[in-house]
Amino acid sequence: MIDPRDLAVATAGLTKRFGEQVAVDGIDLAVPYGAVYGFLGPNGSGKTTTIRLLLGLARATAGEIAVLGEPMPDRGREVLPRVGALVEGPAFYPYLGGAANLARFDAANPASDPATRRTRVMEALDRVGLTAAARKKTKAYSLGMKQRLGIAVALLRPRELLVLDEPTNGLDPQGTREIRALVRSLAAHGSTVLVSSHLLTEVEQICTHVGVMSRGRLVEQGTLEDFRGRAEAQFVVRSPDPTEAVRVLVGLGLATESTGDVVTGSVDGRPPPPAEDVVAALVAAGVRVRGFAVERPSLEDRFVALTGEGFEVPR
Amino acid sequence: MTALLTSELRTLFRRRRTWAMLTVLAAAPVLLAVALWLSGDEPAPGEGPPFFDRITQSGLFVSVAALALSIPFFLPVTVAVVAGDSLAGEASLGTLRYLLVAPAGRSRLLLVKAVAALAFAVAGIGTILVVGAGLGTVLFGVGPVPTLSGSTLGVAGSSGRIALVGLYALVSLLGLVAVGILVSTLTDVPVGAMAATVIAAIASQILGSIPQLDWLHPWLPTRYWFGFADMLRDPIAWGQLQDSLVLQLGYVAVLGSLAWARFTTKDVLS
Repeated sequence: MIDPRDLAVATAGLTKRFGEQVAVDGIDLAVPYGAVYGFLGPNGSGKTTTIRLLLGLARATAGEIAVLGEPMPDRGREVLPRVGALVEGPAFYPYLGGAANLARFDAANPASDPATRRTRVMEALDRVGLTAAARKKTKAYSLGMKQRLGIAVALLRPRELLVLDEPTNGLDPQGTREIRALVRSLAAHGSTVLVSSHLLTEVEQICTHVGVMSRGRLVEQGTLEDFRGRAEAQFVVRSPDPTEAVRVLVGLGLATESTGDVVTGSVDGRPPPPAEDVVAALVAAGVRVRGFAVERPSLEDRFVALTGEGFEVPR
Repeated sequence: MTALLTSELRTLFRRRRTWAMLTVLAAAPVLLAVALWLSGDEPAPGEGPPFFDRITQSGLFVSVAALALSIPFFLPVTVAVVAGDSLAGEASLGTLRYLLVAPAGRSRLLLVKAVAALAFAVAGIGTILVVGAGLGTVLFGVGPVPTLSGSTLGVAGSSGRIALVGLYALVSLLGLVAVGILVSTLTDVPVGAMAATVIAAIASQILGSIPQLDWLHPWLPTRYWFGFADMLRDPIAWGQLQDSLVLQLGYVAVLGSLAWARFTTKDVLS
C-alpha cells in the first residue's frame, strides 16, 4: 500500500463528464514524490482532461484530488505556485517577445518576487536555449521554439512538481533528446515530474513510473520495472519439425503459435519454465532445433495491448 | 494584484491594436479642427456638432465637440473591443490556462480585466480631449467662452469643465464595460464577444430613439450618454450625472455578479 502522504499527486475516483461523455472515468492516480511518472495513452484517452482537473482548470464531476498533499482545486492559490505546467501545448501573446511573455506569466503568480523576475526569466530562457530569441516576437517562433518557451514558463521558479503535457510535441529528435535531459536534471534536483505522452518510446527512457490511460480509465499503473516485468516472455523455436515442437511446448503448459518453421510458446500468466528445460525437452523429444530464443514483447507491444491499436477514435 | 494589473496594462498598451484604436479616436478632433480651420468660416450658433460654434472663441472646445461626435459610435466600439476581448481573447490564444495555473486567481483576473478596460476608456476619452484641446489651442487660440447658461468661463474654468465632460463620458461607459466583460466570460471567440458588445451599445441607442418604448428608456445603458452638456452649465447641473452613475453602477453590480459567477465556476478547456 502506498501512503497518500508520499504522493505528489493522488486522486481517488476522479471522474469528469461532459454531458453524456465520460472523459475521465474514476481514476486513482498515484504519483510518488521524486518520481518521473510517464502518463501514457493514445490521443483522446483523457490525459489532458485529467491534467486540467489536477491544475484546477476544470472541475471534477466526482472524486478527490490532492496535489503536493493539498486538496485541489480548493488550495490552488497555495499549491499552484509550487507547480510548473505545460498544458495542451504552449500558448503566448504573439505580439510580445519571448522574455515579455515569460514576465507576463510570472507577474500573474502572486507568490513570485518582482525583484528577481528579470533574472529568473533570463535563466529560464537560458535553460531551454532561447536566450538569443528573448526579444523576438513569439509569432515569429517556430513550433519547436514555442514548445521550449512553454517549458521555460514551467521553469520560472524552482518547482516541486512539473506537469508536462506532451512536452516533445513538434520537436525534432535533437530537441526531444534535450527535453529528456532536462527532465532528468529536474528529477535529479528533487522535482517530481508528471509527463504525458502518446508515444511510449518518448518517455520510457526517463520514467520511473508509468500510468496508462485508455478511454478515460487508468488501465495500468506502477513502476516501469513492474510494467516491463508484466510483459511476458515467450520462447521462439526454429525447427523443421514444427508439429513435434508444438506438442512438446504444449506439454510444458505453453500456449503456442506456429508459422512455417517458427514456433512461439508463451505462458499465460504463470511463471515460465526455465529456458534450458524447454531446450532439453525439445531435444529429448527428437525435435531438430535450429534456433532458440527467449523474447520479451517490447513495451510498445504491451502498451498497444493495453490501449488498443489503430485509428479508431474512442467514443 | 498590482503586479498583475501592471502586467495587464503593459500588455494592453504594447499591443498595436490598442494604439490603432487610439489613433482612430484622435482622428475625430483632428478632422474637426482642421476642417473648420481650413474653411475659415465662423460656425453659426447651434450649427454643427454640440459646442462646434464655440471653437473659434476658444480652441479648447474642439475637445468637447469631438467627444460629442465620438460618443454614439467610435468610443463605444473601441471600448467594446477591449472589454469583449478581455477574457475571450486570452481563451482563444490559450494564455488563459497559463494565467490561471500561474495562478492569477479567477476573481483577481476578472477584476484586473475590468480595470484594464476602464483604463482604456480613460485613455480613449483622454486622447480625444487632449488632442482636441491641444490642436484647437494651436489653431484657434484660447479665450473666454459663454456657458450654456450665459455666464462666461475663462481658460482654467473651461479646462475644468472639459475634464468634467470626460468624467461624465467615463461614467456613461461603465455599463458597457460590464456588458463586454460578461460576454467575454461566455465565449472563447473574441470577435463574437466584441460584436455582441457593440450590438448592445447600438441596440440600446436605437431602442432609446423609439418613443413607443418610453417605459424601457429609464433602463437603457445609453440613456444619459448625451447629457454631458450639463457639465457646461452655470451652476453645473449634477442631476443627470448622478442618475447616470446610479444606473451604470446598477449595470456593473448585476452584470459584474453574473460575470463573476460564470467565470469563477467555468471549466477552462481552451
